[in-house]
Amino acid sequence: MTMAPRTLYDKIWDFHVVTEEPGRPSLIYIDRHYIHEGTSPQAFSGLKAAGRRVRRPDLTFAVMDHSVPTKNRELATIDPDAKGQFDALARNCRETGVRLFDMFSQNQGIVHVIGPELGLSQPGMTIVCGDSHTSTNGAFGSLAFGIGTSAVEHVLATQCLREYRSLPMRVQVNGRRPVGVTAKDVILAIIGKIGISAGVGHVIEYAGETIRGLSMEGRMTLCNMSIEAGARAGMVAPDETTFGYIEGRPFAPRGKDFQAAVERWKNFATDPGAVYDKVYELDGTKIVPQVTWGTNPGMVTGVTGRVPSPDSFADPGERKAVERALAYMDLKPGTAIADIPVDYVFIGSCTNSRLEDLRAASKVVAGKHVASSVKLALAVPGSRTVKAQAEKEGLDKIFTDAGFEWRDSGCSMCIGMNEDVLPAGMRCASTSNRNFEGRQGKGGRTHLVSPITAAASAIAGHFVDVRETGVDLE
Amino acid sequence: MQPFTTHSGLVVPLDRVNVDTDQMVPKQFLKFLTREGYGRVLFYDWRYLPGERPNPDFVLNQPRYQGASIMLTRRNFGCGSSREHAAWGVADYGLRAIIGPSFADIFFKNCASNGILAIVLPDEQVDDLFRRAESTPGYKLHIDLPNQTLRDDQGLELKFEIDEFRKQMLIKGLDEIGLTLENEVEISAYEKSHQPEPEQHAPVDFSFPAAS
Ligand code: SF4
Repeated sequence: MTMAPRTLYDKIWDFHVVTEEPGRPSLIYIDRHYIHEGTSPQAFSGLKAAGRRVRRPDLTFAVMDHSVPTKNRELATIDPDAKGQFDALARNCRETGVRLFDMFSQNQGIVHVIGPELGLSQPGMTIVCGDSHTSTNGAFGSLAFGIGTSAVEHVLATQCLREYRSLPMRVQVNGRRPVGVTAKDVILAIIGKIGISAGVGHVIEYAGETIRGLSMEGRMTLCNMSIEAGARAGMVAPDETTFGYIEGRPFAPRGKDFQAAVERWKNFATDPGAVYDKVYELDGTKIVPQVTWGTNPGMVTGVTGRVPSPDSFADPGERKAVERALAYMDLKPGTAIADIPVDYVFIGSCTNSRLEDLRAASKVVAGKHVASSVKLALAVPGSRTVKAQAEKEGLDKIFTDAGFEWRDSGCSMCIGMNEDVLPAGMRCASTSNRNFEGRQGKGGRTHLVSPITAAASAIAGHFVDVRETGVDLE
Repeated sequence: MQPFTTHSGLVVPLDRVNVDTDQMVPKQFLKFLTREGYGRVLFYDWRYLPGERPNPDFVLNQPRYQGASIMLTRRNFGCGSSREHAAWGVADYGLRAIIGPSFADIFFKNCASNGILAIVLPDEQVDDLFRRAESTPGYKLHIDLPNQTLRDDQGLELKFEIDEFRKQMLIKGLDEIGLTLENEVEISAYEKSHQPEPEQHAPVDFSFPAAS
């Protein structure tokens, strides 16, 4: 019997089915479970209340990231609620034997940054975390998705999840990516085109020349925002770029084992002729640097564009949402994006805080200074490993000389659960992934951009086309 | 988990598309250690003016919708963050069912885990329910999960679809973990044949070594 051609998603799924019964969601095995202080306390207490144990502490990895202070770690004690969560995570890990990167660990970082960085996330795996941006790990050709706290408890207890198969969807981006256009611009352009609910019930596979040309860092940025298109997961089939990134990392197989792993990983690719439920195609050569103007990531346009008018939206629900968004963002239809001033700049988050992001942004600000109208510009490395390497390369100095604050790693102003909160009424050029009302701080106004656009806008004091700054962006 | 069989209740219409979970339970309330108490903070920034005074413009605060236990919503409800706090807030506020044209995947699952019935209906039917709820003070719906029907007092009767597994879990108020633990034999067998343990080859700065 010959098997029908399968997608990458189907192959990972099939490999992880523990049991299947008609009329029930399948039981699938989970290879890696990452947890953080924000969504795990109730899972551990539920487990304890039911007298259950953690089945596979060796496949579970914990980190403190969401509420950690980025200025001075000792400040943790000032916020009693955050401290309560840190203490609970440390206690739960101690009691159950789960490895923990606490906020003082040299390997600490945002959960979605450190999994790949340590070589824990590998092709063909199932990876979950109580956090929607777990999709970041799909860059390795793994099935990685966010789960709620009840599901965290389920995985702790059983190392499995009960799931229905999602529908595979392909987003094909053709052609060479233009200079000055980053992975962030590619994903924002995708979401702008397909909308924020196109991916509901689906897992996206990104393909095409533009995608193949991205580094692993870029692919992580891309997959990170799959959830902003409504998909629980996004993935890129593994290739030499993937294998090269993994090799030599602490949890990557070594020597002969690595070669054997690579051979196995190569099978995680979509077969020719496999069928997707939906296919979208974009011309990558036409993508320009993107800036969001509204309160969801689909409300986006090119930096050379203008704020749209609500009247240009046919759907009445959409029109109302755009009216609300423009009122919240304090923007008038027709305003040129380049005329929008910037008060705050945030370079960080699991979307854009890896070494490549910081290197690129530092090039843009080198030898210049943040505009005097900018109240605060933050550069927050995604992990302490990134931070150490950036400092070795002198990037911290470039940022601070330009007027940025250089911080310790954590989620920081992406979500504002620590002291890094965007004040009400302030407008922020942010490299994070969500521009929802109040996301970075109540009343704060978020514009999502790439690290180089954020950097260039910090210098100019308003949004600018980074391609026009004269900086060599190759 | 509280079982769900039939439920009758007052309907509150929340006429917004793409309501995200950041809006349902904002970040400052994500630092508690329990699952309780999130009803007070549900839709916090929309619901309250400074000083936690109820914002009279927000639909949940209007006198006619006090005590509502069924919410009508628009497309892509519950998008964004995976925070289950949003579902805890919905349940704690006293909402037992949410009706809308579509729900974000993770939120949809989180509802099921917390005994909340999320009902998907076609756009036209949702539009019609909005019209009825907004034009009829005290508008009530009667939900019958075993028969998968929805009725009002004006003679409207609708069928809705729900996956049989979720339906039974809700009706019986079952704990999904308990059910999965019955598959112990299969899980162990899978682990024997598939699972290489993560091998560490370089020093990593952990607080607690994994227990074996
Ligand atoms: S950086 Fe932002 S999006 Fe990423 S895990 Fe932290 S809070 Fe979530």
